[in-house]
Amino acid sequence: MKITLFVPCFVDMCYPNVGVSIVEILERLGHEIEVPEEIACCGQPAFNSGYWEEAKKVAIPVLQRLKNAEVIVIASGSCGAMLKVFYPELFAKTEYELDAIALAEKTYEFSDFLVTKLGNPDLGARFPAKVTFHDGCHGLRELGKKKEPRELLSQVRDLELLEMGEAETCCGFGGTFSAKFPMISTAMGEVKCASAIETGADFIISNDSSCLMHIQGLLNRQGEPIKTLHIAEVLNSRR
Amino acid sequence: MNLNVLQFKSDSERLTHNLDHRERIQSALKKYYVARDDKKARFQDWQAARQAAAETKWEAVNHLDKYLVEFADKIEARGAKVHWASTAEQAREIILGIVKEKNARRIIKSKVMTGEEIHLNAALEAAGYDVVESDLGEYIVQLRHEAPYHFVFPAMHLSRGEISDLFEKELGSAKTDSPEELTMIARRVMRDQYLAADIGISGANFAVAETGMISITENEGNARLTCALPKVHIALMGIEKVLPKFEDLALFLPMLGTAGAGQAVTCYNSMYAGPRQPGETDGPEEMHIVLLDNKRTHLLADIEQRDALHCIRCGACLNVCPIYKNVGGHTYGTTYQGPIGSVITPHLRGIQEWKHLSSASTLCGACTEACPVKINLHHHLLHNRRNAIAQKPVWWEQTLFHLSSILFNHPALWRLAAWGGRIGQLFHPLIQGTILDPARAWTKTRDLPPVADQTFKEYWRSRQK
Ligand code: SF4
Repeated sequence: MKITLFVPCFVDMCYPNVGVSIVEILERLGHEIEVPEEIACCGQPAFNSGYWEEAKKVAIPVLQRLKNAEVIVIASGSCGAMLKVFYPELFAKTEYELDAIALAEKTYEFSDFLVTKLGNPDLGARFPAKVTFHDGCHGLRELGKKKEPRELLSQVRDLELLEMGEAETCCGFGGTFSAKFPMISTAMGEVKCASAIETGADFIISNDSSCLMHIQGLLNRQGEPIKTLHIAEVLNSRR
Repeated sequence: MNLNVLQFKSDSERLTHNLDHRERIQSALKKYYVARDDKKARFQDWQAARQAAAETKWEAVNHLDKYLVEFADKIEARGAKVHWASTAEQAREIILGIVKEKNARRIIKSKVMTGEEIHLNAALEAAGYDVVESDLGEYIVQLRHEAPYHFVFPAMHLSRGEISDLFEKELGSAKTDSPEELTMIARRVMRDQYLAADIGISGANFAVAETGMISITENEGNARLTCALPKVHIALMGIEKVLPKFEDLALFLPMLGTAGAGQAVTCYNSMYAGPRQPGETDGPEEMHIVLLDNKRTHLLADIEQRDALHCIRCGACLNVCPIYKNVGGHTYGTTYQGPIGSVITPHLRGIQEWKHLSSASTLCGACTEACPVKINLHHHLLHNRRNAIAQKPVWWEQTLFHLSSILFNHPALWRLAAWGGRIGQLFHPLIQGTILDPARAWTKTRDLPPVADQTFKEYWRSRQK
């Protein structure tokens, strides 16, 4: 299959290894990858802040560039929700409406793609560690994906998944929320970190790097040893 | 920044630092989760029940004119008097008018959130009347001169010790740690109040159009006494409370109990259909219904967000809201707290003054998932944000988003930004957390992720060569 990979802005800039892992996994499965150079961001920050006109300035080029793509894999639950759920809303009753709907239909968040579209193939991954999984809210509630990432993790050799009590509670990132209301955001993150640490896991895994950015940022400051990893990095692991 | 925002920011900051408070709310709500899930499981199909409830409310709210008139006609036919109040002021005047006409002195109240909305107690007290809240939680916050903290648990922010101290100070009772004794203390006070009260004021959880009756749901039984013992009963309710049919209660009563407090059904569910009828031995001699608009029709006019009127005030969205769980109910500064409060307050009290509540959310969607009548709460928060900005954009935010759209659309600029980021982060430790740090709001408590030595796009390009 020819797959167009959408690597969102902050993943490109700060978490390139997530993208690299996805490329390696999909290529190993025999697919051809294309990465559009001109696309950097999905427009979610502006959209969520209420600036829908500014969001469109980012989203229209995305629609145009991805129009001919066969299938799109996006390396973030939250940006995935933007493409799948919010583009159709953003462009409702405009000339782009049909394009937005078509794009939504062929876009998959990475872990969803592996399970739904590729049928959870054995990736030969091995990751000898105790891990816990954080459900990013957008992946969980906008896209309705809860079991998919867990199915993927269940294939990984020597990996032990310990569910945390607050797996489905928001980590408090929320994009600009984390800067607009930093104390509430931090308090929410503390609940999440405490819940993850309580499991005794060595890693917090998620399919959303933006949540992990927040969680890791807090953990570093608290001097906690538990680390965060994107699910693609775990699935690409051979340790 | 307007005062409401400053208030919200400083209160939320203070409260998030109060670990006792956080712990108390969160551990109370953990018990709620367990109970709720257990009761949900008793529904044959919770999702189907939600769908049915949403459709019923949709019908009711879309034909509010018809159902309200039907309700009013039916209950008036049995001797109640129905009053229509467009504004909070009118509602207060109507109620004060009745109280004056009856030469009443003492008033007892129960379960009236709309009373909070129109500041009824303050108005009655200013006019020289004694007003007592009969529900334990509400009575406690009244003694503290506070607003209720939560729709269903008005005093959940207080510990037993604090309540005992309050009773000791205000009522002269002995210190105690037992919830039963605390309840008994309040009950003893209340008993005299019921007997002395001339007027009972209640709210209404539902109003049934078909039969012309109001339904009140409670756990302590105080509303029953409030509605039945005094000579005059006044029920104050929002116009959106109406349900088409009597049989709708068969769904809504267990649903309210389950979503609200994790009960199969609340302990007391009473229906009132007019004052004492000829030949009856008890009940009030007069019954008044005050139907309150207070900008609800504003919300009704908004097709996109009209379903926010479906709310049955169960409080489930507050219970699951991670923001509420950290900042608590008073921080919102509104009658209706939590997600639903953040959705409707901008409609009811002005979008520019209250838009910050719509921003104070991560849009995690836990509220939408919990809402028994399927209000799309977190998407409405997005709509509020959009509407507020469309009306009055913030120039620097708009400029920032405009500039970032240029950045995102030009790969060369984006590469430059990565390069700038790498340089910038070398110096960042020098200013981190100081006033010079543009990312201070974030870096005060959290580290920023480093910009990678090689971005993903750089990796990809290097591979293509
Ligand atoms: S919005 Fe829904 S969950 Fe929240 S109080 Fe109203 S009915 Fe309950």
